[in-house]
Amino acid sequence: MFWVVVSLIAFAATSVLCGIPGLSPRVKIVTSTSGVILGSLLGIVPTAQVLSSSQSITFTLAWDFIDLPLQMALDPLSAFFLLVTLGLAVVVAIYAWGYLSEEPHLVRTLPFFPLLIGSMELVLIAANGFWFLVAWEVMSLASFFLVVTEHDKREVRHAGWVFLIATHLGTAFLLLFFVILSSHSGSMGYDSFRSLHGLPSATASFLFILALVGFGTKAGIYPFHTWLPHAHPAAPTYISALMSGVMIKTGIYGLLRAVTFLGIPAFWWGGLLVILGVISALLGVLNALMQHDLKRLLAYHSVENIGIIVIGIGLALLGSSTGQPTLVYWGLAGALFHALNHSIFKGALFLAAGGVLQRTHTLNMDRLGGLIRLMPLTASCFLVAAAAICGLPPLNGFFSEWVLYVGLFKTTQLGGGWLTTLTILGLLGLAFAGGLAVACFAKAMGVVFLGEPRHAYLHPPRELRASMLAALAILTLLSVGIGIFPVAALKVVLPAVQMCLPAPLPSSVGQFLAALQTVNRVVLLLIGIFILLGLTYLRLFRGKSIRRSVTWDCGYYAPNARMQYSASSFAEPFGYFFLPLLGLERRMEGLAGYFPSRASFHEQARDVAEERLFVPLFSALASLMARVRAIQHSRVQGYLIMIFAALFFLLFWEVWFGF
Amino acid sequence: MGFNWPFIILHGLILILLPPLLPGLIAKIKAVAVGRRGPSCFQLYFDLVKLFRKGAVYSRTTSAIFRLAPLISVSALFTAGWLLPVLGPVPIAFAGDMILFAYLLALARFFTLLAALDTGSSFEGMGASREATFGAFSELTFFMGFAVLAVARHTLSLGAMLQLEGVRAPLQPGLYFLFVAFFFLLLSENSRIPVDDPNTHLELTMIHEVLILDYSGPDLALVFYGASLKLFLYCIVAASLLWPAGINWGAWGLLALAAKVLGMVIAIGCVESALARLKLMLVPQVLIANFAVTVVVFLVAFIGKGF
Repeated sequence: MFWVVVSLIAFAATSVLCGIPGLSPRVKIVTSTSGVILGSLLGIVPTAQVLSSSQSITFTLAWDFIDLPLQMALDPLSAFFLLVTLGLAVVVAIYAWGYLSEEPHLVRTLPFFPLLIGSMELVLIAANGFWFLVAWEVMSLASFFLVVTEHDKREVRHAGWVFLIATHLGTAFLLLFFVILSSHSGSMGYDSFRSLHGLPSATASFLFILALVGFGTKAGIYPFHTWLPHAHPAAPTYISALMSGVMIKTGIYGLLRAVTFLGIPAFWWGGLLVILGVISALLGVLNALMQHDLKRLLAYHSVENIGIIVIGIGLALLGSSTGQPTLVYWGLAGALFHALNHSIFKGALFLAAGGVLQRTHTLNMDRLGGLIRLMPLTASCFLVAAAAICGLPPLNGFFSEWVLYVGLFKTTQLGGGWLTTLTILGLLGLAFAGGLAVACFAKAMGVVFLGEPRHAYLHPPRELRASMLAALAILTLLSVGIGIFPVAALKVVLPAVQMCLPAPLPSSVGQFLAALQTVNRVVLLLIGIFILLGLTYLRLFRGKSIRRSVTWDCGYYAPNARMQYSASSFAEPFGYFFLPLLGLERRMEGLAGYFPSRASFHEQARDVAEERLFVPLFSALASLMARVRAIQHSRVQGYLIMIFAALFFLLFWEVWFGF
Repeated sequence: MGFNWPFIILHGLILILLPPLLPGLIAKIKAVAVGRRGPSCFQLYFDLVKLFRKGAVYSRTTSAIFRLAPLISVSALFTAGWLLPVLGPVPIAFAGDMILFAYLLALARFFTLLAALDTGSSFEGMGASREATFGAFSELTFFMGFAVLAVARHTLSLGAMLQLEGVRAPLQPGLYFLFVAFFFLLLSENSRIPVDDPNTHLELTMIHEVLILDYSGPDLALVFYGASLKLFLYCIVAASLLWPAGINWGAWGLLALAAKVLGMVIAIGCVESALARLKLMLVPQVLIANFAVTVVVFLVAFIGKGF
């Protein structure tokens, strides 16, 4: 625990140092990135200890003046998430070094960068509801300030506002969750929550719903995801990568942690999670398909991946409520493994997108194209990460999805009406989302990096700075590495899974790893076949003529780059088919008259959850509150009457209901 | 474990040599059906040999992805071929291999789409968009079909699902419907009529042919071989639903394989001769209807087992 405290201090100190006014941006960048790297590496040391020994470390600091001991614990679950968080933080800090050097105006919110990572660390190791909420709030505020870095832009202010409201509404549910839980257990400590046996099932279910809404808002489960597509594009890139890669995972961590407090789950909890997971996965990827802004596309894709993780957690809860530890094992292993993988490839995708933004000054996909010839290394990293996020072998995403699929198929075979129905739903959701993800990332990669530029670049984009490329390369290599050695990567995941099980399952670990090893061998066979075929192919070309020409244009006289298929045209069939789910807004100014001069087409995908659920809800609330405002008339007499009435009411309450 | 080398070598040889026969046979059947003589059954072999000898022309717009794509697609499809009971026994089988099978096909599709977008041609973009759409809808049928087999046959391995051994669950009537669903999947995934017309070059209606418009020489040969391999894999899956492979067939496996391939090819040829291409926007609806068929089969299997 010593190292954790030291790393927390390092983050705090870095934050304060960066906050000193008058320092040059250069100094601030160097201080913050090196501080974050140092702090993260220090924090990783104990996670390695915990994950290798499966022994928790605890630390308690009691105060004399108030009964809120500072309890911290690093158990395998915390350690797993902490490792992922700090690991990505190191990479992001390396990237930020180069990135911020070219964007000095983003330096103004730099103190919040170490603060965000430190608060995430505290969220993960807190073992007391009170300190958890404090850390949670610091994390929310730090990320709010980072989101509004470019507050001179209108849409950034709007995004910050949406984020602030969403995150605080979520926190309100969590506050209620912890207060109710502690009123039953008598203390805010996690250990007292865990020793709570026999919560009334209605209370437990109510608490589960509170946790689901509260943590689901942070994680971005549909329909609580609406802040993601606003906040991720608005934030500076290194922060989007951090938020999408690991901050939303604190919601997943919280949900898992909350479930461990609530005893044996009810059957419908798992069912609800599977259904929500499927909805998040499908609507997340469908919305992603419709986007023109690369970062918004990636943000919606986070909703999809969170959906996949939630399906896994739902499967685990189903297994736990029906007393089948094997399902818990496969579900949780899949969910946590996917969380690890998602932070790797989503981090890489966001960092590459940020590079594109920095070099081309736009993220509108319909103005991009052909970047692979100008930025080949960035494009290669994006390609690998895109294939990984689609779950394609031989990369890391395939293995976590494979684990989830096998878990779901196993459950389907177990039988039991609802269990089978739910898992079939989960299977189909995963499969369809997988197919749509292939379409979505073929579009993202194809439109941004391939083909011809759809718009002349004012300054021809150059390759990214070395430190940014290094960060991208680390994540890409991790993605490939986990694809080749998935069993080694699972060593990190399995201690956390074992911890959440009701009883250890030594036999299924062996089975699980053996199954994974077999898939791994076939995937290696794939690589072998590819290499063999590639060598044959190269031999085949020896001494052959290779000519370069134009793209075959079907005899058309003057093709130009704007005639290429664009992001919108690629996604058009999906938009046509899923119109009711996507809320596409189209404006077309057609050709008219004998000498038509102007024509325009505008398409925008609106978020149905936002438009149909939250906007009406909040406007109804606003009109309700407008009536309440009638009593706010700024006259002292009025307020005195109100105070008097309140006291009077309390007095009567005490008399009638008190002891 | 000991490898049965002759069997593995034979399996590999079949995967390499047999697939190009299929498109030739279909073309022959279609020609006979309308009273023409048609090209030789071995036409694709001649084309492949010719193309492998040639040089290549690449568009200036394309990048390395364009050349990598056929290699990756063919490797993925070839790997997938080892998971199927082509001759009876399966070379590689493990619990959950059908997921790998599906994702290997997805890998091949992903790179085909990227290669099409790499050329910057709007025709190829159009083909990519359609292929992506239909491919996504196909995944539903694919996985629902696997779920049926997983429940009915109590196995998680593609080989065992398509083999005779194991418990024969009361799925017989459902199996015919499942075959119909997979047969339509075969037609749509392999760009056959009524989804796509393999004979129309340069028409806005087509999908697969337009995706590969810019390939030439050895690359085109790889693309052609990959397409025929994919057709072969789907034929094996669909035919094995009706006639599961036996694990102890030995040399009879070769004869059974010939019968299966011939049967499937005749079925495809007849469908292609009898039907016209569907309107493009109807295809997703038909794919959804196809998915609904698998759901019905699932209910049959589910109730039949008396859960």
